[in-house]
Amino acid sequence: MVMDKKMIVSSSPHIRTIESVQSVMTDVLIALFPVSLMAVLLFGYQALITMALSVVTAMVVEALWLRKRDLYSDGSAAVTGLLFALVLPPAPPWWLIVFGSASAIIIGKQVFGGIGYNIFNPALVGRAVVLVSWGGHMAGNIWSPPQPFAFGTDVSAVTGATALAEPSEAMNYSLTQLFIGTVPGSLGETSALALLIGGLWLLYRGHIDWRIPVGFIGTVFVMGALFDGGFYSTHLATGLFHVLAGGVMIGALYMATDMVSSPVTPRGRLIFGIGCGLITMLIRIWGVLPEGVTYAILLMNAVTPIIDNFTVPRQFGGVKKSA
Amino acid sequence: MSHAIKQGKGEQSQMSSTIFKGGVHPEYHKELTAEMAVNEMKLPETVVIPLQQHIGAPCEPLESIEVGSEVKKGQKIAESSGFVSAPIHASVSGKVTAIGPYNHPLGRPVEAITIESDGQDKWDENIKAPESNDNLSPEDLRKLVREAGIVGLGGATFPAHVKLSPPEGKKIDIVVINGAECEPYLTADYRVMLEQAEKIVFGLKIMIKALGAEKGVIGIEDNKAEAIKLMEEAVAEEDSLSVEKLHTKYPQGAEKMLIQVTTGRVVPAGGLPLEVGVVNHNVGTAIAITDAVREGKPLIERVVTVTGAGINNPANLLLRVGTLVSEVVEHCGGLKENTQKLIIGGPMMGLAQPSTDVPVIKGTSGILALTDQDVHLAESSPCIRCAKCVDACPVQLMPTSIAQAAEHDKFDKAEKLHAQDCFECGCCAYVCPSKIPLTQWIRIAKAEIAKAKK
Repeated sequence: MVMDKKMIVSSSPHIRTIESVQSVMTDVLIALFPVSLMAVLLFGYQALITMALSVVTAMVVEALWLRKRDLYSDGSAAVTGLLFALVLPPAPPWWLIVFGSASAIIIGKQVFGGIGYNIFNPALVGRAVVLVSWGGHMAGNIWSPPQPFAFGTDVSAVTGATALAEPSEAMNYSLTQLFIGTVPGSLGETSALALLIGGLWLLYRGHIDWRIPVGFIGTVFVMGALFDGGFYSTHLATGLFHVLAGGVMIGALYMATDMVSSPVTPRGRLIFGIGCGLITMLIRIWGVLPEGVTYAILLMNAVTPIIDNFTVPRQFGGVKKSA
Repeated sequence: MSHAIKQGKGEQSQMSSTIFKGGVHPEYHKELTAEMAVNEMKLPETVVIPLQQHIGAPCEPLESIEVGSEVKKGQKIAESSGFVSAPIHASVSGKVTAIGPYNHPLGRPVEAITIESDGQDKWDENIKAPESNDNLSPEDLRKLVREAGIVGLGGATFPAHVKLSPPEGKKIDIVVINGAECEPYLTADYRVMLEQAEKIVFGLKIMIKALGAEKGVIGIEDNKAEAIKLMEEAVAEEDSLSVEKLHTKYPQGAEKMLIQVTTGRVVPAGGLPLEVGVVNHNVGTAIAITDAVREGKPLIERVVTVTGAGINNPANLLLRVGTLVSEVVEHCGGLKENTQKLIIGGPMMGLAQPSTDVPVIKGTSGILALTDQDVHLAESSPCIRCAKCVDACPVQLMPTSIAQAAEHDKFDKAEKLHAQDCFECGCCAYVCPSKIPLTQWIRIAKAEIAKAKK
């Protein structure tokens, strides 16, 4: 029996959730499993090599930068590495993967002070870097059409246009194909189905707020239906086409929802999602680029602090401020 | 009139939902003591009775009380002339052996009267039941409650008679009784609802009478099915009383959340429940009021849950005010070797104690011993802006932003973010995956803001 022992004295609360940064990041990796599996099924073993190389590069670069021996650590580098791979073509040159993944960690995250301090989504910073540096390797018209379950074929030998890059060919892909993912595109962007499964897992675990994906996807759908002339058969189908083609699904569910670079207030998150959708569609419909998800999210990342400042929630029992 | 309109609006917009925004679902661990009937602990050998056991002016020892004085159980030993205060009574019969500072659950020593029990446990002769309590006026009732030294037993220890004395012109129509007991581990309120339902209902009726109110609502979380059933039976004959089954979510028993879900009214920020016509008391307070009005008994004992993995024999005990925690712990088989924290109250809002050498006071609802299995002393890492604290805050603050402002000494910014509206429930720090002591930072911000106001 202990009676005279000195106890630990600290401020309440005295119990804490078992959730940690590492467990949150591991949940994100679990959420990315369906789409990673789909990438391998659709694009073959090269997808696996791309993802593995990107993840390993990200973890090694971060460990070297922080001079830590623990490669996995809080798991955030692995998440960045995998997300970066998922927005690459199926089989880019190995040096592009390494350079982009290292850029994501260093320029996207560590120069700002590391986890929690980065302004932009690191994976998208990596993508932006390789996009402006080696556009040819990233351009839509050399992306490979998927060869489902075709292990062993050299996918980089076959080329095909993405639905967004060549609107004239968009009709070659049905909405069902776009939903399942059997269309040309980045490794992880084509299968809305796989992305949704992981997204639902993140919602269930409470790691993402529905307001960002709903605001993002909803805006893309509405603007696609209203302003793109119904080029994909009907107006409604055109709205759906814009949601399913390209990077909207992966962007809305996994990139825009990145905790560090999105607002913390509920209203702010809705505004953020809508803003992402708006800029995406401005670029897609009226811009010179075929796709706008990357820049839309990066631009919105930049205004996140301003959004937070203007959307401070009204406290319980607080009075509405008169303007 | 404008007040009544505002109130009506609140009712409309909130009535549909009986769930408050935010909150968390910690592990409850109530099974450790839920089935244990309340037992009276053996008479303590000494009691140390602090002179500050309530919010408000501290008490002074009565002139007749000095070292060596003989006192009887229930005899008043200290009081204050302040209105917001509550007198203090001897909880055993015996001899005063010391008057001076002693450890207090709040963390700093407070003046206290130490009484060595004579083992007789004799009541003061002046304490007797009023001949009839039917004809007592609201003023008589308030006086009885005040004289009995009753404070809020949920832990806030606000003098009960003050809450029964609404200012001129304020109409109170609903009395809400808090049987939520949302703090994990604690089962004291649950047990008294099972064992003394009739006294709770009587106490509630006294409050309604003293306030001239119309309705009484008893709010109980739905993880206490047995208590809901018994309390419903106890109010079955009363048209003006009802039991409200509440969603189990911490901090359901917090005043503002409880009032919102039971009445649909929103207490204004920085305001008191009486501003929306509501007064709210704990079930334990209702029982203390019953004992005072029916039997003339002052508040000298209370039910305390002694629990946690660090306690060898968890129990619900009826303890005399002033009983030393060391004696209680010994009575419960002592602490296990791996005990790391000793907490007065619950794990979310309770106060960590450096040792067991501290007395039980009127506001002590629990004595909780946490082991190395429960206490996580992880170092904090940078905020990843996951906003789980923003979503968990029951008053819709931005804990991470307030904490950041406090960390950088930007207390004006913390004030703009309404740091003062935080009631320190601990939800933000509980959910934080980066293990940032958010509640502690907000406390610092609140203290600095209050200092700047002076």
